[in-house]
Amino acid sequence: MAIAYNFIASSIVGSGGTATVTFSSIAGTYTDLLVKISARTDRASTNDYFSMKFNSNSANYSDRSLYGNGSAATSETGNSTTAAFMFAVPGASNTASAFGNADIYIPNYASANYKSVSSDAVIENNATAAIAGLNANLWSNTAAITSVSFTAIGSFIQYSSFYLYGVLKY
Amino acid sequence: MAAGNTYVALASNTLSSAAASVTFSSISGAYTDLVLICNIGASASTSVNFGFNGDTGTNYSTTILTGNGTTAASARTSTASNSTDYIAFYTAGAPSGLTGSMIFNVMNYANTTTNKTILARSGSDSKEIDLVVGLWRSTAAITSIVIGMQTGNFITGSTFTLYGIAAA
Repeated sequence: MAIAYNFIASSIVGSGGTATVTFSSIAGTYTDLLVKISARTDRASTNDYFSMKFNSNSANYSDRSLYGNGSAATSETGNSTTAAFMFAVPGASNTASAFGNADIYIPNYASANYKSVSSDAVIENNATAAIAGLNANLWSNTAAITSVSFTAIGSFIQYSSFYLYGVLKY
Repeated sequence: MAAGNTYVALASNTLSSAAASVTFSSISGAYTDLVLICNIGASASTSVNFGFNGDTGTNYSTTILTGNGTTAASARTSTASNSTDYIAFYTAGAPSGLTGSMIFNVMNYANTTTNKTILARSGSDSKEIDLVVGLWRSTAAITSIVIGMQTGNFITGSTFTLYGIAAA
C-alpha cells in the first residue's frame, strides 16, 4: 500500500532570519500538498501576517478570513490580489519565544483547475491579542503548482520552521 | 520496530458527472480516525451536509463559526433529522469552478461505546469560511459516510478522498 503522507522538504530559518522561504521543484506526483509552519517575525507588531505565492506568480489571488481574538470574531475579504494573505504569526512585540502555528492544505495542486487553499493558524500570546483564524484562498490560475513561497513583511526569525508534505490518494 | 503507515488513503472519488451526493461505504474499522478531503464546486448556492451509516434520524447536532468576508457569526443546529438537513456547512454556495475546500476529521469513528464527534473546516474565497464541530449521537461504529448538497449538485471534477489514520 502506498504511503499517503510523504515528507517532501523542510526549511528551518537560521541565525539572522530570512524574509522568504521557498519550496521549489515540487513534483506533480502527489494529490495534495500540506504545509506545517511554526514561525515568528521580527516586525514590531503583536500579531503579524505573511503572504504566500505559487510559482512566483503575483496575480489572481483572492481570500476570505475568519478569526477571533478572544473577545470578538471577525470576517474579512482580502484586498490584495498579488499574493495570498495568510494568518497569523507573532511579531516582535508578542510574548518572547512564542511562535505561531499554521496548517495550510492545498488540494489538487497539480491539476488544471484553479487552486483553492484551506488553512488555519493560531497565535497565543499568554497575555492579550491572541488570534485563532481560518483562511480560504484561491489562486485563479490553471498551472500546476511547482513552487510555494512564504514572505514576511519583515523577516521570519531564527527557528521558524516550514515543512512540506505531499499527500497521495493511492 | 519500523513505524507503520499511519495515514492511509482508503477511497477516492473524482466526479465524472455532476452528483447530488457521494457515499463512502464499507469503511474498515481498522483505523483510529478518519479524514475526508474535498475539493468541490457547487451548482447552487446551498449547504453541504453529511451523515453516517444512512442514519436520517434526529441524531445530529452542529455548532458553526462562520464568516462571509464581512461579518462573523455563530449558529447551532440540534436534533437535525432528515437526509437534507443533518449537518450543514453553510459554505459551498455556487462558486465558479472548484473553489471550495473542506477538511473533515472524524475522531475515534470505529468505537462502539461513545457518540461520534467531527471537527471540520471549509471555505471558498467567494463564499463563506466555516469552522464546524458536529456530533452524531450514536455509539455504532461508522461504516459509511455520505456527503451531499441540500439542493443542486457537486460539479464535475469535484474530488473526495477518504483517509484513515492509524494509531500504530
